Amino acid sequence: MTLATQLSAEVLAVEVPYWGQSLLRVLGGIVAVLLPAGTIVYVFLFKMMSFMQSRLGPMEAGPYGSLQLVAEVGKWLQKEDILPARADARVFKMAPIVVLVSTFLLVAVVPFGPDAWFTNFEAGVFYALAVSSLSVLGILMAGWASANKYSLLGGLRAAGQLIAYELPMVLAVIGVIIQAETMNLQQIVLAQNAGSIFGFDGLGNPYVLTQFVGFVIFMIAVQAELTQAPFDMPIAESELVSGYMTEYSGFRFLIFFIGEFATAGVFALIASVLFLGGWGIPFAWFGWTDLDSVANWMNLVGPVIMITKMMLVAFIIMWVRFSYPRFREDQLQRFAWKVLIPVSLANIAVTSIFKVVM
Amino acid sequence: MFAAELLVAQNIGFAVIALLMIVGALRVVTTSNVVHAALWLVVVLSGAAAQYVLLAAEFVAVTQVLVYIGAVMVLFLFGTMLTRARIGTERDLNNPYWRLGIPVAGLLFAAMAIATVSSFGDEQLPADARVVSVAEISDQIFGPYLLPFWALSFVLLAAIIGAIVLARKD
Repeated sequence: MTLATQLSAEVLAVEVPYWGQSLLRVLGGIVAVLLPAGTIVYVFLFKMMSFMQSRLGPMEAGPYGSLQLVAEVGKWLQKEDILPARADARVFKMAPIVVLVSTFLLVAVVPFGPDAWFTNFEAGVFYALAVSSLSVLGILMAGWASANKYSLLGGLRAAGQLIAYELPMVLAVIGVIIQAETMNLQQIVLAQNAGSIFGFDGLGNPYVLTQFVGFVIFMIAVQAELTQAPFDMPIAESELVSGYMTEYSGFRFLIFFIGEFATAGVFALIASVLFLGGWGIPFAWFGWTDLDSVANWMNLVGPVIMITKMMLVAFIIMWVRFSYPRFREDQLQRFAWKVLIPVSLANIAVTSIFKVVM
Repeated sequence: MFAAELLVAQNIGFAVIALLMIVGALRVVTTSNVVHAALWLVVVLSGAAAQYVLLAAEFVAVTQVLVYIGAVMVLFLFGTMLTRARIGTERDLNNPYWRLGIPVAGLLFAAMAIATVSSFGDEQLPADARVVSVAEISDQIFGPYLLPFWALSFVLLAAIIGAIVLARKD
């Protein structure tokens, strides 16, 4: 039963038909993508960056510039939709949509409560990792179809980087899978909140404690997958004039922009499910033992907890972004292949040894 | 017209996806641009992933997306864009012996059709097909099929070492 049916059954006392449930899930997915994106852009990109640089940031539109987002969207929608004369029109137009679709597919596995999920995939983690790699395709399409050398360079750099950092990401998650003994995100949440540390169950067992190495590697890989500084070599605005996005204007640029921050939000959600205990609170507090015994009100509290954790993780991503200078291309590749991958392999080995011994 | 049991949602889904895959596959070989061919191939491969989902083989579908679309096609596009991909039509894409491909494709189709029909015959998937769990798949791979799995790993290892040997000039 999903949150929607729950609400309707207990509060509104109407049964939602299957098509209605599907519609509500799709709408919920759209909210789960766009709400974090907007929040991250306003709170971190507009305000936090400004404060870190000793300025106020947008102040004119609405109180404290809170309506700046609306103004920005309005601005982009008005701009002319430019298509370079020698570009490959169809691929050029499709590319931003491919990037955005991969974000929407990604959010589909994130659980927000004991019954509030979009899809309950058996191999949820695996699905998330597979779908996140689809955005590379859109970036390569954009870089190639723009008929611009800077764009192509940016696209190729992005692809090289995303391929290199996908591996440590997958390997970092394997530690979590070994410890939770499942790939299902819902079960991973359960394993963390019903778990205990040396018999003390007041905190559950959030994997950020036992899998700290995995968490750090995962966050670095996420930073690189999102092409946020210090891994923004593919975009490199001072050198490649925004890489694969150079030729995009108006609402197509807006889609790329939303895609970037929506993906940041969704990755933050996935990181909080895998390492921070997801929607749950330590089950011992209320004497819950499994998913069925969790109180129904968690379906409403769960999303709030998830959004809070998402903001925390997104804060770390943006904090790093505004603090560090850009990696050079060779440093970036060397870091992935010679540091992150060996360390994550060692993490898997140590985790499996502990799993077998304990 | 069609029998009622043929017009279930799965069959309609199968038909729509299969049609898309056939169109995509034809465009792969008829289009006059390398990158377009690769992108049509992405359509075909995602169609295959969708068919696996219809067969309740979730894990295989995700693997298909991760390996073929996320890795193979991205590397393929990366390689062609790095070397020769131009925008617009190219004349010399077709191999002069392309007609030889037609009988090979026909033969392959016949072989696979015969193999499928002879091994499954009239068997039907149960209407309430259960999604096979990842644990069951891994029990199979690391149980009865361990030896083939190891052999495959060695083949891949040899391929990786071979690629490094070929690529390194010093």
